[in-house]
Amino acid sequence: MRAITKRFPGVLANDSVDFEAAVGEVHALLGENGAGKSTLSNILTGLYRPDEGEIWLYGEQARFHSPSDAIDAGIGMVHQHFRLVPPFTVAENVLLGEHRPEARRFMVRPRQIERHVAELGERYGIAVEPRARIWQLSVGEQQRVEILKALYREARILILDEPTAVLTPQESEALFVTLRAMAAEGRTVIFISHKLNEVKAVADRVTVLRGGRSIATVDANATSRELAGLMVGREVELAIRKQRAVPHRPDVALEVQGLSVRGDRGGDAVKDVSLGVRNGEIVGVAGVAGNGQRELAEAITGMRPPVGGTILVGGHRLRTGDPRAAIAAGVAHVPEDRLGTGVAPTRSIAENTVLKSYRGSGVSSGPLLRWRAIREQAVELVRRYAVSTPGTHLRARDLSGGNLQKLVLGREFSGKPKVLIAASPTRGLDVGAIETVHGYLRQAASEGVAVLLLSEDLDEILALADRIVVIYEGRLTGDFDPGTATVEEIGLAMAGGER
Amino acid sequence: MINSSLMVLVLSQAVTYGTPILFAALGELLAERSGVLNLGVEGMMLVGAVMGFWAVQRAPGPGSLVLVLAVLTAAFAGALMGLIHAFLVVTLRASQIVSGLALTIFAGGLGLSSYLGNDLGLADVPPKYQLGQINVFGLKNVSVVGPILFNQSALVYASWALTIAVALYLSRTRFGLNVRAVGESPGAADAMGINIAVYRYAHVLGGGALAGVGGACFSLSITPGWTAGDSLVGGAGWIAIALVIFSFWRAELCLVGAYLFGALSGGLPAAIQAHNYKAIPTFFKTPEFLNALPYLTTVIVLVIIASGWAKRRLGAPAALGIPYVREER
Repeated sequence: MRAITKRFPGVLANDSVDFEAAVGEVHALLGENGAGKSTLSNILTGLYRPDEGEIWLYGEQARFHSPSDAIDAGIGMVHQHFRLVPPFTVAENVLLGEHRPEARRFMVRPRQIERHVAELGERYGIAVEPRARIWQLSVGEQQRVEILKALYREARILILDEPTAVLTPQESEALFVTLRAMAAEGRTVIFISHKLNEVKAVADRVTVLRGGRSIATVDANATSRELAGLMVGREVELAIRKQRAVPHRPDVALEVQGLSVRGDRGGDAVKDVSLGVRNGEIVGVAGVAGNGQRELAEAITGMRPPVGGTILVGGHRLRTGDPRAAIAAGVAHVPEDRLGTGVAPTRSIAENTVLKSYRGSGVSSGPLLRWRAIREQAVELVRRYAVSTPGTHLRARDLSGGNLQKLVLGREFSGKPKVLIAASPTRGLDVGAIETVHGYLRQAASEGVAVLLLSEDLDEILALADRIVVIYEGRLTGDFDPGTATVEEIGLAMAGGER
Repeated sequence: MINSSLMVLVLSQAVTYGTPILFAALGELLAERSGVLNLGVEGMMLVGAVMGFWAVQRAPGPGSLVLVLAVLTAAFAGALMGLIHAFLVVTLRASQIVSGLALTIFAGGLGLSSYLGNDLGLADVPPKYQLGQINVFGLKNVSVVGPILFNQSALVYASWALTIAVALYLSRTRFGLNVRAVGESPGAADAMGINIAVYRYAHVLGGGALAGVGGACFSLSITPGWTAGDSLVGGAGWIAIALVIFSFWRAELCLVGAYLFGALSGGLPAAIQAHNYKAIPTFFKTPEFLNALPYLTTVIVLVIIASGWAKRRLGAPAALGIPYVREER
């Protein structure tokens, strides 16, 4: 790919990016969130059209007008958010959109495809029951289906966008083996990631993207420090686990007993969970995405009424299913979906800062809001939490992810919480913002707040938590001390294995 | 003679009156499976009815050819209406609900269909030809099923073939698979090289055509002729929309449901009135109540279906009503 440029309204997502991958190699595309990796891959798969630049495949220039052109050219993609049809079977998903002449039959022959899919699965060690429906499969299995889709179309180039984000460490290992095998067959694998250790583990060469530009292509033997430097553009401190004095106050601030919560699909998403968080302690809830983390967080913060169990805050029983009761009891919430749940995206920053405190005497008198006070308070909050914005009258959705999260954290902290529920607080943020958010979480804990950190990023939990519990299919399957536990042990628990 | 009994009459009317609903519902089913909600069915049926009748009056040639032409004209008129809807909701990504309602109002009794009918001088003109009952397969005199199923117009027989065709199309063919994917997860379909816009256009147009044919059932066969206003179709389009939900987005169940509604809007009220059953309280025998029955049933069905469990389990296409935008940021 030569000099690829792609603009979106107000954003230059790819700025003259050069990228080249050889036959038979695993080539990593490394960069922070927002560096332009996904845009570049969406151009290569025909989903976006570049504003400038050329794509050359096997010595010939290629022009993609639609995804089907890219598929015909032998490019397969495993998207970060799977492109699968949940009610369809594995075989139906594989067949979807198939239009090669040899498969061009009017009527569908399910048997034949099922057999073919089973064979491919065997051959590459990614077997999935072809007649299972997608919604019945685990996330790891769904990813296999995505790979099978590409293999079925005889993709010579396979692109994987952040494939390990949804996998346990063991599943990631297995995936790497599959990818190596595919490369050994002469296919080209393009592996998109922001995780250095994975890139080093699987790739032959690495191209680093930063701020929409291609910075360098280096051998994967380069040190982590070198790669991180290229990725961030400055020297970074790796291994950020910092010791923090846990205040010696043993009282439990948040106690959850036998909590069960119904999920959106019906069935219990959280099953009989009991855990306690002490003042000044950060408890990390590790787990692969979609194992009940969201439901757990929503139940504690009152957004989702549980079907069983009790929640105690500071020893008092919390009225469940009532967000206002949770707020009054001192439960702060940094939700997973910061734009949708964390703020009202089309309202101003100032309005968003008083979403939880508008009843307070400081900002309202009787039924009337005191706008001057609200604005002053918002300006103060923006300043104190270093939210970068031209003014508090801007809509919340106009803030970048990092600044939005600072705003949410600022609002939550200003309510002087006893308990903080933080769900994937750094997802999608760049390295700088992640450091800041981690700093705020540590600070909150050292001020005595009990922090429950739910995250799919095991490294984050290892860096922050004083205690780690693992959630798998709604149950807690492990309780670890981060000082002594190994990643393998925790990974096993994340996959539902016995300790 | 059992074949002239009231029950048989009611059931044969159920089939007759259910057929336009069935056509419209199959059309709506196709559109909805591709992810487009079309609330303009009623308007499309009205336009189909008037244009079908226009073709019957004006087209030259032998009667049977004229009638075929009339059905095709109705289908074409419905498809044109579908084109408006598709352009608004697929290309311009307008709200499907607003666009559909607007179409029905635009085409309805006070709008386009009445204008066309009056302008073309079709009001209360005796029909030149009509689609009469055909004794197909010579089974007309078989007891019970003969008069119910085999003494109907050609459109009824066509609707059976269509039901089977739609069911097979959706479940067994490559295109059907793709349509369902477009309605369920357009993002997934797009990534697999399926052209979302083409599929949605095709199915909204096809759906419009079938709604047009449904309208023609009235003006060519059930009550041959055309009258101004919307009494000709009389809400069959709305019933069809409810019926698609009621039948869990499955063609074969549309057939059953259509005849149920056909019974409610056709022979059943007349039979109840004619017999004056003692067991039924007077209120339930008033013409007002009996005429409201199909709509009442529609409302009740929609309420049941909108409540809790049904929504999740019914199998509504997940992307129904949502415009597809690829470069979303």
